[in-house]
Amino acid sequence: MKELFPAKQVMGLVFSLVLTLVALLVHFTDMSFAVGMTILLVTAFIQAFLQLVVFMHAGESKDGKAIYTNVFYGFIIALVTIFGSLLILIWDM
Amino acid sequence: MEFFERFAVPHPSPMIYASMVAIGLVVIGIVFGITYFKKWGYLWREWFTTVDHKKIGIMYLISALLMLFRGGADAILMRLQLSSPDMEILDAQHYNEIFTTHGVVMIIFMAMPFIFAFMNLVVPLQIGARDVAFPRLNALSFWLFFAGAMLFNISFVVGGSPDAGWTSYFPLAGNDFSTSVGTNYYMIAIQISGIGSLMTGINMITTILKMRAPGMTLMKMPMFTWSAFIANVIIVFAFPVLTIALLMGTTDRLFATNFFTTTNGGMDMLWANFFWVWGHPEVYILILPAFGLYSEIISTFSSRNLYGYKSMVGSMVLISLLSFLVWTHHFFTMGQGALTNSIFSVTTMAIAVPTGVKIFNWLFTMYKGKIRFTVPMLYSIGFIPLFTVGGVTGVMLAMSAADYQFHNTMFLVAHFHNTIIPGVVFAMLAGLTYYWPKFFGFMLNEKIGKWSFWLLSVGFVLAFFPMYITGLDGQARRMYTYSEATGFGPLNLMSFFGAALMAIAFVTIVYNILYSIKNSPRNIGNDPWDARSLEWATHTPVPEYNFARLPQVASSEAYWDAKKNGHKLFTGELKDIHMPNNSGVPFIMGIIFFVAGFSFIFALWVPAVIALIGIFACMALRSFELDHGRHIHVKEIKEIESQYEGGAK
Ligand code: HEM
Ligand SMILES: [Cu+2]
Repeated sequence: MKELFPAKQVMGLVFSLVLTLVALLVHFTDMSFAVGMTILLVTAFIQAFLQLVVFMHAGESKDGKAIYTNVFYGFIIALVTIFGSLLILIWDM
Repeated sequence: MEFFERFAVPHPSPMIYASMVAIGLVVIGIVFGITYFKKWGYLWREWFTTVDHKKIGIMYLISALLMLFRGGADAILMRLQLSSPDMEILDAQHYNEIFTTHGVVMIIFMAMPFIFAFMNLVVPLQIGARDVAFPRLNALSFWLFFAGAMLFNISFVVGGSPDAGWTSYFPLAGNDFSTSVGTNYYMIAIQISGIGSLMTGINMITTILKMRAPGMTLMKMPMFTWSAFIANVIIVFAFPVLTIALLMGTTDRLFATNFFTTTNGGMDMLWANFFWVWGHPEVYILILPAFGLYSEIISTFSSRNLYGYKSMVGSMVLISLLSFLVWTHHFFTMGQGALTNSIFSVTTMAIAVPTGVKIFNWLFTMYKGKIRFTVPMLYSIGFIPLFTVGGVTGVMLAMSAADYQFHNTMFLVAHFHNTIIPGVVFAMLAGLTYYWPKFFGFMLNEKIGKWSFWLLSVGFVLAFFPMYITGLDGQARRMYTYSEATGFGPLNLMSFFGAALMAIAFVTIVYNILYSIKNSPRNIGNDPWDARSLEWATHTPVPEYNFARLPQVASSEAYWDAKKNGHKLFTGELKDIHMPNNSGVPFIMGIIFFVAGFSFIFALWVPAVIALIGIFACMALRSFELDHGRHIHVKEIKEIESQYEGGAK
């Protein structure tokens, strides 16, 4: 019975719902812009990671390493692009 | 009639009317010819519906050559207009349209399909696979590229061509300053073919990671496969940026959003930023497969293994990362501070280091090698000094303070042609000559080939080196004319002669193909160049399934091992081979995308919505379709194999 019950996925679902609720707080309570954005960004990234690991089974096959390398590489490039653009167009303009 | 007025060219000239007539006649001629010779069925069965990577590669190759001639015609017109002061062959508007389409056609519709052609033709063979990972997706990639290319190419006779440069900077590219549908063509045609490129990226990465022959670890892959792998990784990370930027540009133009406008909170500089976040990696997407081809060719014709395999791989991995860290060098003059410019100056100069490592590796490969001066080798040897000049001027441009002087002058134009022509175009012609016998079963004539090489090289030097000088003297790029007092005349005339020589070189290449079809001997065996990697281990021309038995590999030069060191490539019994079925859906989707794109360009919403529904219908159909492919049975394989000399291998 234990193998048949997808405990990990159910936990994942509950956790994603909690993350969604936390994100909704930003809309329904009165926060400063900075705090709100921080909450949204943090919950969004955890949410995306959760989807990838729990529901899309990254890391469970023997391609796990390639998948994580790929995600890591994408992450680095996205960060460089975003912060580079901010530097160019806002902070140092 | 009012409805049809939108399709009229806003700025017609006798040349455009002549082109319309010519295009009309050619299309009628082709349709008539195919019907007369009853070839529609053949085309449909063997080409339009094919999922075979070799045939798709050949279609990419033909398209790339056609686009080379389209872009080349643009180039000659521009050089003619600038050949002496105050020329009046083209007016300003027409000149703008021509340099815009020249740039887009050459980068997106010539160089890209050319590298995809070689990736398709060579990668599966080099890794000992029977096809790419997703053959039908591969066909779709091709037809999307083709739809985009055709859409872009009709722009100059239907509705008007884009005229804001291949970089299409806003606010010039916005509705206020570009009022014709030209820039819609730019946004949407590139979008469609870009989706195809992105899919090829995913397809090739999967193929290379998952379908290598037994024994071929990553560090035993031939160098072209490595370069294709890295280029596709860059595609997958760079193209989404272009996709989104084009989408934002499209909505700005069609739905009055304000991403890149100068009012209502828009930011025109954001376009330049996005464009080069894609654009700089793009130039490395083009150059890396070219480096891969040079590596194969230089090692084959130096009759020795490639020097410094590991540093070759390492430098490409480094380039792939660095290529995402330098984009600002394209707009040092946009107004950001010295800190930003300095950071990007340093990262840009850093790229020259891994590039230099590769140059030295090729030189060391040739040093002590026994060099054979074939046509592919000539291109590779010519590439090294010429490309180095381009790299050195690149480093000059990378110094942000100095770039205030160089930027947007002919010096810049000379730099990038100096990297792209000896870098990419020479590699494509070398690859074309090198792989021609594998796919067509006969060699191209060496003597004519050498003529083409020399004409092209001399033409190139004459055409582009003068621009370094006029650029430093202040001749701006994208100016349709200049006065005699500037003194730019004589050097520009020289450029025109160089361009004419290059045009002649391309004509000799076409002549060579025709000549060789007629006169070259056909019994050339599997390995006419005495080459080293797996693609030469199978028959010529390559059978549908590539390898009757999958090869066993123990080094990056498995075929050389088999020829010289007694390595056994093919062992074991023949087994049934599982192959994918042909499908007409990718071709049909290409047509629907064309219709959708055309409708969006002219804001014809009813056909646009219908076409979009059609696209989703095709995708839904694919999701529910059961297609397990087919098997080629051992008996059939034996029959096919026995038709080749020496029987089954
Ligand atoms: C050593 C390596 C290289 C360096 C340091 C370098 C540096 C630069 C810089 C700084 C610019 C911008 C100059 C300006 O706008 O004022 C530039 C433009 C350009 N480079 Fe390079 N480059 C290098 C190699 C290449 C290669 C390999 C290619 C293509 C295969 C290439 C293609 C281009 C193109 C297409 C442009 C300009 C396009 C435009 O503005 O329309 N470069 N390069
Ligand atoms: Cu660049």
